[in-house]
Amino acid sequence: MKALTTVTGLVAPMDRSNVDTDMIIPKQFLKSIKRSGFGPNLFDQLRYLDEGQPGQDSSQRPLNPDFPLNQARFAGASILLSRANFGCGSSREHAPWALEDYGFRVVIASSFADIFYNNCFKNGVLPIVVDDGQIERWFKRLDAQVGFTLTVDLPNQQVIDADGNSVAFEVNDFRKHCLVNGLDDIGLTLLEADKIKQYELTHAQQHPWVFGQIK
Amino acid sequence: MSQQTFFDKIWQAHEIEVADDGQSLMWVDRHFVHEGSFHAFNKLTARSLPVSHPELTFGVADHYVPTRSRSLGDLPLKSQNMIQMLSTNAHEHGIRLFDLHDSRQGIVHVVGPELGLTLPGTFIVCGDSHTSTHGGLGALAFGIGASEVAHVLATQTLWQTKPKQMRITIDGELAEGVTAKDIALHWIGLLGADSARGHAIEYAGSTVSALTIEGRLTLCNLSIEAGGRCGMVAPDEKTLNYLTGKAFAPREDDFIQAGQHWLGLVTDAQATFDREVHINAADIGPTVTWGVSPEEAISVNSPIPDPSHAAHSAKAKQWASSLDYMGLTAGQSLQDVLIDRVFIGSCTNARLEDLRSAAQVLQGRKCVIPGIVSPGSSSVKALAEAEGLDSIFINAGLEWHEAGCSMCVGMNGDLIGPGERCASSTNRNFKGRQGPGARTHLMSPAMVAAAAVTGRITDFRQLPQVDAIQEAAL
Repeated sequence: MKALTTVTGLVAPMDRSNVDTDMIIPKQFLKSIKRSGFGPNLFDQLRYLDEGQPGQDSSQRPLNPDFPLNQARFAGASILLSRANFGCGSSREHAPWALEDYGFRVVIASSFADIFYNNCFKNGVLPIVVDDGQIERWFKRLDAQVGFTLTVDLPNQQVIDADGNSVAFEVNDFRKHCLVNGLDDIGLTLLEADKIKQYELTHAQQHPWVFGQIK
Repeated sequence: MSQQTFFDKIWQAHEIEVADDGQSLMWVDRHFVHEGSFHAFNKLTARSLPVSHPELTFGVADHYVPTRSRSLGDLPLKSQNMIQMLSTNAHEHGIRLFDLHDSRQGIVHVVGPELGLTLPGTFIVCGDSHTSTHGGLGALAFGIGASEVAHVLATQTLWQTKPKQMRITIDGELAEGVTAKDIALHWIGLLGADSARGHAIEYAGSTVSALTIEGRLTLCNLSIEAGGRCGMVAPDEKTLNYLTGKAFAPREDDFIQAGQHWLGLVTDAQATFDREVHINAADIGPTVTWGVSPEEAISVNSPIPDPSHAAHSAKAKQWASSLDYMGLTAGQSLQDVLIDRVFIGSCTNARLEDLRSAAQVLQGRKCVIPGIVSPGSSSVKALAEAEGLDSIFINAGLEWHEAGCSMCVGMNGDLIGPGERCASSTNRNFKGRQGPGARTHLMSPAMVAAAAVTGRITDFRQLPQVDAIQEAAL
């Protein structure tokens, strides 16, 4: 996983609630055996005027001029700003893969769907929760100011604007440690093998039926 | 000892350790994998790791399987590859697989319960968001992503932060024909698509107790549509009766011992929840979605909402966008909405009870629009055929398919055309969910059947009696 410490980047808007994972990356792109290359199909239904298919050269497709990611002012954005319940719907990990492949390292919203939130941390994308009022202020700034940027400082858990105003955010210590260091938690869990084995023996004694008929 | 919720008891029983930051390392009792799991297996291969407990993982082919036949040749090459990769991975790692030609194949969240793999008090995960379904049998169950699937395969554990808890108590008798699907759509419509985010939901009350196990599975299935981490119903005698004799359920003395333990998995009288919701069953009617989120749901007899009456501007904007996509007008009667095709299936509503309720509406009637019925499992299909339900569907004019996710998610090519409107017994009405530009209205199987015979959204309770139809024809 790609490590993430500090990101200073252009902010792009996704000004709607309940952005679902079908919207983030539609089903037809899930058959790829790779974990990369999903960026061109991020928000495919909104971004293009035609129906996207796997393997298609997206550079030749007709763009929806009203969609923010197609506007020159948001080219190269690395921070996505959205609203409540971002990432609802299916558990497809292709959603953070598509965001990361496009170039987004941070998504800021007033809330995230649980599974999507977990998936982000496993894939080098930082989901940041801030209150609705702050989201609204940033949307207004973004609307009024071309080239609106933010700096996300993960070690200090701060989002800082160009004027030096900062907003704190919460993040679990273990997730932060893994993201800052680009660590995969499987390796860390395997260090707990003795505890896991001990638990398993006790569990099998106390609840033998869990293991019984499946042998 | 302090008073515990039913959820607390299961969580605590699976907690291996709690880290300094509050995350719990949890033991996983049952892990289901489907065709989308190949990324997780690839991760293990890349690290030369074995599957830690292959006997606790079960493979089920469902998302991509053809339902018009059992021939892989009916699928595009990439979809065939998905199914074949599951088979290869299961074989290489010694995982039991219910594949295309297994009589136990079906949708993972239908197969788990009907085989007795889903047991009360167990912790179950699967790389699919509707894993909350298994909570209907008193399990703690939720969906996970591909990286977490790899973690479970490698360690049989998962790091999780304990969610908050919410109890939804539904009391009273449901009106005739009102189902678990209506209960779910009603409360999600009432509270919103993220109202349960970060919470484990316990469903309680006399209405929930009165539901069949199939109904409870449906109710828990839809918990994720309100953002719930999981949905659960405490086990009772109905649960034990349902599990008796199931292929993978404990037997004889083991079952007696397990049953005693399971019946103790109830919320203590003084246990508290982070949020309590009370719903009167009498307030629930047949419920249908009108928009592009399960929260955009209303009683079939209500007019379509007006964005100008929304609580705030963001909601008004959302409603207006939904109306535009769905091609509907504020104030329009839901029962004036014409339907192009129907679908009965999915992990939400494709069990035997669901097929019976739809068949009851279709018996002696003819459909005026096309549609598909895809049973939740090969076993459900066989039982339905033994009862003659397939003949009812076919005689009415619907296609009778094999088991699989089919048109719910459309990954196998069963899709709705752009702009077409589908009455569907599924779980998500997102834009493009059933095909690019497709318009989905979620409802119960009986309501789908009524739409099939009238060509519009219809309160099935108001259909003329079949004998009256036949008299009119004479």
